[in-house]
Amino acid sequence: MKLIHRDIDKNNSGSITLVPEEAEDMWHTYNLVSVGDTIRSTTIRKVQTETATGSVNVNKVRTTLTIQVEGIDFDTQACVLRVSGRNIRENQYVKMGAYHTLLLEMNRQFTLTKQEWDSVAIDRIETACDPAQHADLMAIIMQEGVAHICLVTPSMTLVRAKIETNIPRKRKGMCDQHTKGLHRFYDQIIQAFQRHCNFDIVKCVLIASPGFVKDHFADYLFSQAQKMDDKTIIDNKSKFVLVHSSSGFKHSLKEVLADPSIAGKLADTKAAGEVKALEDFYTMLQTDPDRAYYGIRHCERAAEQQAIEVLLISDELFRAQDVAQRKRYVSLVDSVKENGGEVKIFSSLHVSGEQLGQLSGVAAILRFPMPDDDGEDEEDDSEED
Amino acid sequence: MSRHRIVRTMNYEDEYYDDDEEYSHSVDDSYCISPSTAAQFTWSREKNVNFAAYIGEGEVINEEEEEAEEKGSTQRHDSDSADNTRLQLSDLELAQLNSCLEEARNILGESVPESVMSDVIIQNQFNLEASVNQLLCQQDAPKPQREPRQRRNRSQASTTPVKTESDSSVNTVQDFTVSHRKATTGPPALVTPSKSTSKATIGFKTDEIQKSTPPSSPAGSRKSGLKLKVQNDCTSAASSPAKDSRKASVKSLSAHSGLADTDSASSTKTVTVSEENGSSTSAIDSSLRNAVEFMGLEGDQETIQTSVDSMKPVAPLPKSKLKSSKIDVTSEYSRRHGDKELLNLVVIGHVDAGKSTLMGHVLYQLGTVNKKTMHKYEQESKKLGKSSFAFAWVLDETDEERARGVTMDVAQTRFETEKKIVTLLDAPGHKDFIPNMITGASQADVAILVINATKGEFETGFDAGGQTREHALLARSLGVGQVIVAVNKMDTVDWAEERYQLIVKKIGQFLTKQAGFKESDIFFIPCSGLTGENLTKPPTDPCLTSWYTSGITLVKQIDDLKPPTRPIDKPFRLNVSDVFKGVGTGFNVAGRVGSGYVQPGDKVIIMPAGVTANIKNVFIDDQPVTLAFAGDHVNLTLSGVDMVNVNIGSCLCDPASPARSATRIRAKIAIFNIDTPITKGFPVVFHYQAINEPAVIKRLLSQLNRATGEVIKKRPRCLVKNTSAIVEIELERSMCLELYTEFKDLGRFMLRSGGHTIAAGLVEELLQTKAVLNGAS
Repeated sequence: MKLIHRDIDKNNSGSITLVPEEAEDMWHTYNLVSVGDTIRSTTIRKVQTETATGSVNVNKVRTTLTIQVEGIDFDTQACVLRVSGRNIRENQYVKMGAYHTLLLEMNRQFTLTKQEWDSVAIDRIETACDPAQHADLMAIIMQEGVAHICLVTPSMTLVRAKIETNIPRKRKGMCDQHTKGLHRFYDQIIQAFQRHCNFDIVKCVLIASPGFVKDHFADYLFSQAQKMDDKTIIDNKSKFVLVHSSSGFKHSLKEVLADPSIAGKLADTKAAGEVKALEDFYTMLQTDPDRAYYGIRHCERAAEQQAIEVLLISDELFRAQDVAQRKRYVSLVDSVKENGGEVKIFSSLHVSGEQLGQLSGVAAILRFPMPDDDGEDEEDDSEED
Repeated sequence: MSRHRIVRTMNYEDEYYDDDEEYSHSVDDSYCISPSTAAQFTWSREKNVNFAAYIGEGEVINEEEEEAEEKGSTQRHDSDSADNTRLQLSDLELAQLNSCLEEARNILGESVPESVMSDVIIQNQFNLEASVNQLLCQQDAPKPQREPRQRRNRSQASTTPVKTESDSSVNTVQDFTVSHRKATTGPPALVTPSKSTSKATIGFKTDEIQKSTPPSSPAGSRKSGLKLKVQNDCTSAASSPAKDSRKASVKSLSAHSGLADTDSASSTKTVTVSEENGSSTSAIDSSLRNAVEFMGLEGDQETIQTSVDSMKPVAPLPKSKLKSSKIDVTSEYSRRHGDKELLNLVVIGHVDAGKSTLMGHVLYQLGTVNKKTMHKYEQESKKLGKSSFAFAWVLDETDEERARGVTMDVAQTRFETEKKIVTLLDAPGHKDFIPNMITGASQADVAILVINATKGEFETGFDAGGQTREHALLARSLGVGQVIVAVNKMDTVDWAEERYQLIVKKIGQFLTKQAGFKESDIFFIPCSGLTGENLTKPPTDPCLTSWYTSGITLVKQIDDLKPPTRPIDKPFRLNVSDVFKGVGTGFNVAGRVGSGYVQPGDKVIIMPAGVTANIKNVFIDDQPVTLAFAGDHVNLTLSGVDMVNVNIGSCLCDPASPARSATRIRAKIAIFNIDTPITKGFPVVFHYQAINEPAVIKRLLSQLNRATGEVIKKRPRCLVKNTSAIVEIELERSMCLELYTEFKDLGRFMLRSGGHTIAAGLVEELLQTKAVLNGAS
């Protein structure tokens, strides 16, 4: 993401002009835009013109529109962001108040104006504009019969393909069906992999599985590549890394990313860092339950006591439609930062972020134990349900 | 219009005649005379009788008549009556004769002319047994096709030739029967007289001639379609109980009987004999009585007793076609049960404990694997430089398993011991293949836990990180009740007793204290899978025999295990563990029948797809069968359904009560020794039967006291190791599950995370399906 222009006054209101450069930036933008903001970008609109004689012409016109956001829609698979709302600056083609949906595109700048830019949003722009080289990672997580092909970017884990086939079990004297089924399964994975993997972006391919499936698959993959003379795979052979995982389901990716042996391969450690932080939280919960809190109420209470050492929070919470709700989370983050605590904002697209999201979205590791209050606990729980 | 023209020119007679041919043709019509006319004018074997010798005793006849009428007469009865009238028998006698004839015909078939039969019956005063006996004695041999059954029945008891005795006992029998009849008053007996007496006959014969000979009679054994359940109940009791139980009624009967025939002395004698025998059989009596009452028989005590008695020795009641199929199934089941009991056995243990080798060698020694194949394996494994894996190759069949020397998926075979048919599930020991091991263990009744006795190996397998503990815990949580601990590779430690005792102590403690096995359900066997010591043959190695005095071999111990009771009366359920293309049309699914039974031609519903299918064939161990029960590992050929609708984890069930599927369940879980506590939102892999599915623990409802089950804390924030709790689990997609309260075996699941088993659970409630969930959110 490129920051073109920034104009934020001391009341934290103002506008920022950005140019998204890669798919990931769309995700950042998705997290920045909220209902009520205004956004200005070029777009294509169908314009109807009526001539004096009454005939109607329909033209597609490229024009720049400013809309007040009413709806935001993010497509994770295509990484497209659609923002809909009413036009607030009339031009020759579009009237005031006309509805329009902006499709934010890559490499086309847009200007976002907010009444109030909070610290979380500004932080996000900073991270998004960090020029540090990102490493995109392809992961094939598999077990016999199930495979997930995921693209892991610093703030997103996108499942590109999910393959499920039924592999007949080995049975007396009928092993060939098992082998055949297995090869069919591998072929499907290879196809999906070729379709989704762009070695210009992908710096590393992880093949993770329990048992020997990964070795077996890697052998098969390379032999097939040799057979079909697939240069892209043969040339990038060094990018493949085999890792152990306990299952072929998506959440095993967490284990894979936590694997120290591959940590070096990952230029960007955000995904791995999140996994680590969540692990720490669980370890604390096991060893000293009074120092590990989760749920917004608990965390706020801990923040009041300046007890929070590390705050884990899911970015999902900042996308809340309700401004008050959003402010509540932002103030929690701010207070933790003020008091020298560390704040980790988890991407809800990552596996660890997903898990945190299930765990009410907020968790904290405390500096000192704070005894639990049961009465509040129940109230809290019911609220979250 | 055209019709009208035809009508005008039609030959009506032809037309009508044709119509007749077309629409109202029946067999009867093709004969030009009515049955009664036929009876009058056509020759019939039964009319052509000389009944000079008919004599009837009034009293006897009275009794018999009631019973006979009760029995309900058939067509034969009606047709016979015409000729019988001619013979000046009273109505009662007639009815009696008819019923006797019918029974006799059932027994003897058409081999004897009816005239002869009725002659004999009248001679014997309408005593069917006696008559049949007499008829049989006249004939030289029983009909050939009946023989096999006769032999089989007898084989359960002793093989005393009854045939030879029957002559001598005919008289006795007759007398007894007569007196018996007389005493039976009041409500009519529903059991055919012939049967009870036939039973008596048998009993007497054996009593008189050879006290210990179990009862069996030609007559009884001839009957096809026996009431097997009853038979089975009493087979265990052998012969003497049967005699004993009969004793009471016999005694009372003979006491009452006013007509002491000439032979009554011998009858009384018999009674005394049986009296001597009698003491211990009230239990059997009552169970039989229950069975009788269950069958819908009514009557006073005596009647029931009579019928009970009648069933005891050979259970000669022909299976009624009207009886509900359920009874047939139970009886069928118990019949097979009587043969050899089925046992599902899973072999578990740490990787490289020698599970496959041990079982491969057992199969070889039992002859399930022939020498030639074994030789081939030996040669091939030697080529790969893994000659010690030769026996494991019996079970590890895929190339990869052989190349790596590690079992990866559960191998399933079948072998027979003296008393058992064993379905062997050889589970992989490697920790990455625990999902497969769970699949195997969830289908098993009993387990063999293989321990590697080698120095250092036992310790690594048993200590933290080894699979010995995890496997044992898994097996226990999946419902395995009995475990044989095979202390394997004892040859590597020179069969040292100290080593064995150490292992026994450690494992024993673990299994009882932590895994929760009963001490009486754990058995220890020292053995060696590679050398084959103490597997099927008693140990020969002097080092072992010096201290291992009991000499129980592994196979002997398997033989001694008790199979669990199986829910065959529950609705049919089968969790698919494999789907594959078989030979011929349709495709096959494999799995263990979880409850109920299945037979070819059944309609089933496949859940959660909700489509119906027909079962074309049922195979057990590649042999087509007509019935498979809960506990059997079967292959079913399905038709009328597309293969895509059936996945591993689908449930085939009875259309009348299909399994429910859910995406969210409430369950009680017991948490194992885990590193990270469970909070809500914890992602797990849900293992159920053959399926593993990702799931999330949605809510922690309450934490329970492990021992008492009472709630310690409501809505805990997290669950730490070694606790129990009630939680809500959300599954990624809809799955067929059963409540633990309804189907014990099908209500269990395991939760795993990060390669460790974190909890075992029981399904308590199915909360919602996906559709409902969407609607709610």
